[in-house]
Amino acid sequence: MSNKTLIVIGNGMVGHHFLEQFVASPAASGYDILVFGEEKQRAYDRVHLSEYFTGSTHSDLAMGTADWYSEHGIQLRLHEQVTALNPDQRSVTTPKGDYGYDELVLATGSFPFVPPIEGREHPHCFVYRTLEDLDAIRHSAQKGKSGVVVGGGLLGLEAANALKSLGLQAHVVEFAPRLMPVQLDTDGGALLRHKIEELGVQVHTEKATTSIVEGENARIRMNFSDDSHLETDLIVFSAGIRPQDTLARASGLSVGERGGIVVNDQCTTSDPHIHAIGECALWNQKIFGLVAPGYTMARTLAAILNGDRDAAFTGADMSTKLKLLGVDVGSIGDAHGQTPGARNIRFNDEQAGHYRRMVVSEDGKTLLGAILVGDNSHYDSLLQYALNGITLPHNPETLILPENQGGAPALGPDALPETASICSCHNVTKGDICCAIDAGCVDLPSVKAETKASTGCGGCTSLLKNLVDNELEKRGVAVNKDLCEHFPYSRQELFHLVKVNGIRTFRTLISQHGKGQGCDICKPAVGSILATCWNEHILATDHVPLQDTNDTFMANMQKNGTYSIVPRIPGGEITPDKLIVLGEVAKEYDLYTKITGGQRVDLFGATLSELPEIWEKLIAAGFETGHAYGKSLRTVKSCVGNTWCRYGVQDSVGMAIVLENRYKGLRAPHKVKMAVSGCTRECAEAQSKDFGVIATENGWNLYVCGNGGMRPRHADLFATDLSDEALIRTIDRVVMFYVRTADRLQRTSVWMENLEGGLDYLKQVVLEDSLSICAELEEHMNSIADTYQCEWKTAVEDPEKRKRFREFVNLPEQKDPVQQWTTERGQRRPVLESV
Amino acid sequence: MKTRTFWNTICTVDDLVPESGIAVWTEEGPVAVFYLPHRLPALVAISHKDPFSGANVLARGITGDLGGEPIVASPLYKQHFNLKTGVCLEDESVRVKTYSVLLDGNRILLETRETQQEAVAA
Repeated sequence: MSNKTLIVIGNGMVGHHFLEQFVASPAASGYDILVFGEEKQRAYDRVHLSEYFTGSTHSDLAMGTADWYSEHGIQLRLHEQVTALNPDQRSVTTPKGDYGYDELVLATGSFPFVPPIEGREHPHCFVYRTLEDLDAIRHSAQKGKSGVVVGGGLLGLEAANALKSLGLQAHVVEFAPRLMPVQLDTDGGALLRHKIEELGVQVHTEKATTSIVEGENARIRMNFSDDSHLETDLIVFSAGIRPQDTLARASGLSVGERGGIVVNDQCTTSDPHIHAIGECALWNQKIFGLVAPGYTMARTLAAILNGDRDAAFTGADMSTKLKLLGVDVGSIGDAHGQTPGARNIRFNDEQAGHYRRMVVSEDGKTLLGAILVGDNSHYDSLLQYALNGITLPHNPETLILPENQGGAPALGPDALPETASICSCHNVTKGDICCAIDAGCVDLPSVKAETKASTGCGGCTSLLKNLVDNELEKRGVAVNKDLCEHFPYSRQELFHLVKVNGIRTFRTLISQHGKGQGCDICKPAVGSILATCWNEHILATDHVPLQDTNDTFMANMQKNGTYSIVPRIPGGEITPDKLIVLGEVAKEYDLYTKITGGQRVDLFGATLSELPEIWEKLIAAGFETGHAYGKSLRTVKSCVGNTWCRYGVQDSVGMAIVLENRYKGLRAPHKVKMAVSGCTRECAEAQSKDFGVIATENGWNLYVCGNGGMRPRHADLFATDLSDEALIRTIDRVVMFYVRTADRLQRTSVWMENLEGGLDYLKQVVLEDSLSICAELEEHMNSIADTYQCEWKTAVEDPEKRKRFREFVNLPEQKDPVQQWTTERGQRRPVLESV
Repeated sequence: MKTRTFWNTICTVDDLVPESGIAVWTEEGPVAVFYLPHRLPALVAISHKDPFSGANVLARGITGDLGGEPIVASPLYKQHFNLKTGVCLEDESVRVKTYSVLLDGNRILLETRETQQEAVAA
């Protein structure tokens, strides 16, 4: 029996998704598949189209490979436009001939709507849909200075971002009174506009373009109905989409009044052998201009063709979450509150630039819709409430209030029903994820590979991770919290063992509570714990072998085996005399000199044997070690404060010096940074530190658990208007609680996020003393501050400790031949022979 | 041409640091000597040169054991080397040279090879 023929017209995202679904089904073996694509390229990811301007190529964006098509026996005819459908003959016509079909799938997508404006044929007017459009825009932009996007919707703002990335001054011209009129309300639109204008994109609302003519100062002049005008070098139309239904219309299939190929719940058109999916299809008088509903139609149709009679498309969620020009925007369900009796709850923080609106049902029990601008962190929880009809808490406003103002924590994965949709692109539910885990997936990548969850638009990434972690933990696949093969304990448990049993050496600890000799994981961790508990010198004989190399030699090893030296400069305040000493020492030892981000001076290129000599000189000039090598307090950065600054309200330098001297030398699970700003202008960038202090008229505001680095996090406001004493007391408590309970190499931010109850819990412990340990924490911190010693001072005074700093113990004068130098910008830098 | 080996005195017991390494200079280049008092043998030696960075730093790594085998972790990029065989645990195709080392009274002796051109008869 010869095979039947399936023809697909259109090779876009939805067409491709349909093929993926169909070839995986048993029915596929009964069909020869023929695909026509109008564009020259294979299907690509249009959702991420603008990445084409920031370096992505077609192959980065492509949905499948040429091999994938041939492996599945799919004949792909690109750049071959279908010119007619002949439903009576069951054939399609192209310039190259006629092709017969048994089943036909229309996945022709949409085309950009260009308003009928006089002059729109100008050669520098474009649309934003295909890679070819983008090539043309890029070409035009090369000699242009500015560009206008007509249309302030989702795609229009995406296009504006693309123009900006091409180096143009970007403008957005919108007919409606606000941006994203479909998804946002007046306040949300206003905030979005404000944020986008701050990024340098000019927004013009309530502008109707009447004509496009040659410009005087630029290529084009746009005239508006209010007699104003705007000159620009190019225009991109992004005023919405229209379904591509030309073929269907010409062949007599039913189409909607305003376009769109009419389909039923089975995605079948008025001809039983012709089907339509994606943006070209009109279902229930609706066109779906997003990728997720198109994928749902594709899945439905694949099931139908596979003989599943129950498969049906029943509409789709149009909720959207995206970053437009770096600004979070989210819109869920009935965002405008059009459901009868709907009530609104709004939160609008103009200072932080956050706007959130919830639309709840008349009885206050169900979430109907929501709008978010500026911060999408509440999106996942709200979407789950809306999609799954989860009953809202008694005070639903807590869902959108900031956590420190009584906001509820995000909806945990446990609260979701099995049917909750996690990934709407690929229609993956919580139940599917749990099945995949039960079937043997033991980590996030394997769950993604198995279920395809989070491989579409990626909007569900964080929710998926939470869910997978939570489910794995429930099944006892819990991430092994053992420190390493030598200790079956977490860092926190080891801390307790050391503290409670008064253990003072690694050897005692491992012989009583571990096995083997230790390794580079447990030794430094235990070294840090012992230092925190007993504060003995880190180069005491028992402790030397525990330290990471930087701690062992109290300097930072660089790539050629030499070291850098960072003396402490508390608060960044330094006398000219001390600065001169640094210069003299650097000059004498030919040290490369650089100012650090923490308001100190870093001296590079000292050999092991030079370290003690250099430190003798620095100590004689009054310097102390800066602990740049340690998992301990680094610096307390400060602005100049009210002593000099006309805006300052407190002495920020003075407080920074007090804090730096109090916490210096304290060993912690990871490095700790602090900063003090003298007023709300925040010149010391305190909110990016583990402990940030900002002066107020009445005292100090304390922020905790921020950091910079790979995953930056703003610190959270912890307490306000503290006196000097209260500030130090509070930091004492938080820092000691961190040091005692955090994991190895865990910064304060991750530690706090992992505390059950998070910031609120930390506040209870520290501000309300809910565990009754505050006195103990303060006492512990006091004892550490009282036993502080400059590690370098002790080391240079002790001949036994100095012995460690010999490059080669048998030949003191021998230089390391690997350390070769050259000069760059007037200073020495290393040259390393190739390995 | 033939290769002879020599036992050289490189340092004394007082130079060693328990559970840690020191570096010595030899005719063959820098060598790292580790003193592991809780193992047998208590003295092991490998090349001081970290093959991944090219820097002479292995003596400054943290020692310990993994799966019962004595190891040192490179202080630069943290690869582990087996102190008995010199093989890198992360990449078994990489191996650092190992040396024999002995305790003789108070002195530490290290075996090095010296290649000498034999005199050619006139």
